[in-house]
Order: sequence, then structure tokens, then C-alpha cells
Amino acid sequence: MSELALREFHSFQAGGREFVYLVPSAAIFELDETSAAVIDRLRERTMARSELAEQLYSRFPAPEVDETIAELLRVRAIGENGTAAKPAKVMPPENFPLTTMVLNVTNQCNLSCTYCYEYGEDKIVDTENGKKPKFMSEETARESVDFMLREAGANKVAHLTFFGGETLMNFPVLKSAMSYARERAAETGKQVDFSLTTNATLLRPEIIEFLAENRVGVTISIDGPKEMQDQFRVFSNGKGSYDIVAPKIKELLKRHRSRPIGARVTLTSQTLDIRKIYQHLTEEVGFWEVGFAPVTTSPNRKYAIAETGFDAMLEQFRSLAADFLEAALANRHHGFSNVKDTLEEIHKGVSKAYPCGAGLGLMGVSTDGDVALCHRFAGSDEHKLGTVRDGIDRLVQISFLEKHHIDEKTDCSRCWARPLCSGGCYHEAHTRYGETARPNLHYCEWIRGWTDTCLKIYAELSVKNPKYLEQFDEKVEYEASAVS
Amino acid sequence: MKHLRSVNRKAQRMTRAADSENDVVALQEGAQSPAPPHIPLGCTLIFSPGWEADHNGGTAGLCQPVERDLFDCHEGCFWPAQVPDQLNHAPDWTAKCAAAQKDWRKIDLVFP
Repeated sequence: MSELALREFHSFQAGGREFVYLVPSAAIFELDETSAAVIDRLRERTMARSELAEQLYSRFPAPEVDETIAELLRVRAIGENGTAAKPAKVMPPENFPLTTMVLNVTNQCNLSCTYCYEYGEDKIVDTENGKKPKFMSEETARESVDFMLREAGANKVAHLTFFGGETLMNFPVLKSAMSYARERAAETGKQVDFSLTTNATLLRPEIIEFLAENRVGVTISIDGPKEMQDQFRVFSNGKGSYDIVAPKIKELLKRHRSRPIGARVTLTSQTLDIRKIYQHLTEEVGFWEVGFAPVTTSPNRKYAIAETGFDAMLEQFRSLAADFLEAALANRHHGFSNVKDTLEEIHKGVSKAYPCGAGLGLMGVSTDGDVALCHRFAGSDEHKLGTVRDGIDRLVQISFLEKHHIDEKTDCSRCWARPLCSGGCYHEAHTRYGETARPNLHYCEWIRGWTDTCLKIYAELSVKNPKYLEQFDEKVEYEASAVS
Repeated sequence: MKHLRSVNRKAQRMTRAADSENDVVALQEGAQSPAPPHIPLGCTLIFSPGWEADHNGGTAGLCQPVERDLFDCHEGCFWPAQVPDQLNHAPDWTAKCAAAQKDWRKIDLVFP
């Protein structure tokens, strides 16, 4: 006779209540006393439905017990032993529309950040001696815009993100690409949303004016207060960049009010003080939001965050996330964007087949018009999907998507955090293991710990301030997606 | 759902789907994952289309020619008696019938 068993989920408590995060559906349910009791029983061992029910009849009215078991079965928190059929691998539909194109307008940079994935010790593309032009030409930029609008399919809005190198080193092409994109978009009945990432060294009043006037979303790469910024974000002579960028950023924040401007911080083993960085960037510099990401590097670099570093990082993230929760409960803004981004995914119940949109809804274009998985691979022949002139090689794209599907990542198959993580960044995996398809096993504990934290924040908000979560229902189209 | 509170949007969608399972959907099995592919042929028993809406609520595959019911009874449904045994005795029974609505006349009777 068949027995009932627990299915895949992560259980957690928040605000004194019991919750389950179901995998792979990514649905969250709060348990009442009866449903928690059913799950507790099945935690001990599997048992026949009748036996399970009878064990609980003494504690709860019989119809309630039967109803609860039926409900848990229906949402697949529990199921008949051995019948958990693995759902078929679902591939994205063909000709998936392109949502975001990241244009590497130059691969030159006026800084020499030691940890840089484009120039540093772990670079993929031979930027200095390679065949790639240093600057994208106006013509290539125009061809890229045409490519983007073509590939956007039925989408009404296309996102165009400028990237580098240092993006502003090719400001003329950025400007002309924008006006061309506007023109072409108007002809095809679409809208284009613009954003860029910059190190802020080249911000001048007229550039700031232009960005503000054109509602360009801006993400600034900055690592924190002077002593942290100047450790890695240096000029080629080794001189730190803080004193140059700080006043320019303040100028930008003062003038550019049409969109929120975010800071994007790279964390290293030597600059791991998240609260201090956050406070400096929000209170002293004035950023609206700050997002953090650990440096992408092979593990032997001295700035790499080692395992103990991930634990320390998680603890600090949690402490800052606690502030976020406090603010959210009081309907106050808090700029720790890592929490907000995760809450949004939790809210929607995102269950990913791929860690990100690379090679699907997002692509990177190198200075000569080669199309790659994302900006981090732009210019790499090994990760090329096509060119802006000839379009995407669908066979290459499909074989990439086949190979990188979550169902192919056996390491992830039993992890409850896979709906949100899906194995993590391809570029990180490539740098770490030399293989984009490998899951990033070096930070699994960190991902699970962080996901658990965000689930708890979400659940607590759902009890104490559910209105706060409604903001995630319809995301404003214009919010810049930070590219880093 | 009485004993589970749907917390996020995904849970709410699942609850709505689960609640709608109480609708009369004839012999359709509940809780299949993922939703089975829609086969737009037509049989009242599995409430697939030809009528108001298919079981996903869509209307794209409605109004199939009645001739296609011939296949539906043994492909989309469980009704073996009406058609010859195509595995053993009449493997070529439909060989001349490439498109049912056009070629249905070519399907002949089979005498054992």
C-alpha cells in the first residue's frame, strides 16, 4: 500500500509562525496548527494516509485532518511515496524576445582595478592584444540598435544598457546610439529605456546634464569609503580614485533626480565591512540604493573571498537586512537593494530554469558587433552567439540553453534554493571552474543562508505589513537593472 | 484552502488552480504536473474542445471538424472498442488518411 511522504520544501519560521517554501513551485504557504502537525508526523517517517489521519484524530476534529491532508497533497507539500514524477524539462520557446542588450561601447578603461574581470588576472578576452577594436564605431552601434529592435519581437520596451571598459570613454557613440535608437524605436512603435554603468571618473557637468535630461539610469561602481575604494579601484599608476570620483558622484546625485541612482559594490576579502560601506554610500555620499556582490575571481587570488569570508559576509548581510526589515515594517525606504531584488523574486514566485537571462532575454555586444551571452563574455569567441549583422545563430543558442538548463545540473537537483539560484552566474563559474555549465558550488551555503534570510523577511512582512509587498506586483518599467 | 495561507503570488495562483479543481471537469484527473499538453481533438468526456473553451480556458483550438472525433475516441480518450486493433490486425487502417477532415472517407470498415 502506498504511503505518504514529504515532498521537497524548505520550512522556516518568521514572526512566530510556520512557513514552507515549496520546491520547485516556489510557492510559500503559512501552516496552521493542523497542517504543521501533519508535516511533523511525516518528518518522522512515511506512513499510510489512514494511519496518519488516525494519529491526528485525537488532537483535531476528523474532517479538519482529512481536509488538511488533502490540501497539502494538492499543493504538493506531501505526496504518495515514489510517485513524485520528475517534471519534464521545459525549454524556453523559440525566438525568445530580447529584453536587454548590453552594449560594450569600449573595452578601454582609465582605471586599473586589480580585481577587474575584464582586465585583471582572470580576464577571458585578450583585450590588449586581441583583434577587437578598442572603441565601438557609430556604425556598429547603429547596427546593434537595429539588431536589438529586431530581436525584441513583440515587446513594446527594449532596454539598452551601455557598458565598458569605462563606458564614458566613448560618450560620443553612446550619445549618437541613443538618438538613433529613439528614432528607430519611434518608427517601429517601441520605446527604448537607457541605462549605463560607470566608474564616475569622467562625469562632467555636461554629461551629467545629458544623463539627467534623457532619464538615463545610472549605476556607479564604487567600493565604499576612501580606504576601501582606493585598495583596488586605482589608476594605472596605483593612485586611488576616491578623491576624484566622490565630488563627481555628489554632483550627479544632486542634478540627476529623474531616476534612482544605485551604487554597485564589489566585495573582496580585504574590504568586507558591509555596514560601513552602506552607511558611507547612503548617508555621506547620498546614493538611493546600494547593491553588493562578491568579487568574481579564481580562488587563489588574495582578494578572493574564502569560505570563512562567505560566513562573515552572510552575517553582515543579515545584520543589514534586519535594518531593511525594520524600515519596511515602518514603510520607510531602505537602500539595501540585494534584499529588495530577492523579495521581488520571492513575491512573484520565480522558479528559474536558468540563473539569469544571459543568452536568452539578455545579450552582450562587443565593440566589433559580436553578440555574446552577456556583457561579461562580450568579445569571447567561445561564448559568441552571433553578430549584430547576421543575427543570432539559433543552433548555438539552443545548444547553450539545453546544456545550461537547471535539469542538467545534478548538483542542484536536491537543493531547495534552486528556484532562485539555479546554479549561479555563468561567468563566475567560468572564472572559478573554467566551465560555464558548472554550478557555483563554492557559494551554495551562502546562497541558501541568504535565501532563508530573505524568505523570513518576506514572510514577516506578509504578516505585519502586507501592503508593503504590493509594490512588487507591477514593477515600474523604468527601473534600471544594474549591470555589473 | 483552510489550513494553508497562500503567502506569495505563486501560492495564490496555486490555490486558485486547486480551488478550481472542484469544478466539474468530468473524468479529468486532478493535480497533474505540469499541465498535460492540450490535445485539440475533442471528446465530451475529457472536456476538451469543440465547445465553449478548452480545459485551460483558451479558445484557440475550438471547433475541430467532427471527423476528427474518429481519432479522438481512441487517441485522446480510452475508447478502444470503436476502432480496429491497429497494433496487431489492422496496422494500416489509417494509412490513407493523412488529414482526417479531408481523407476520412478513405478509412474503411475492417472485418475480422
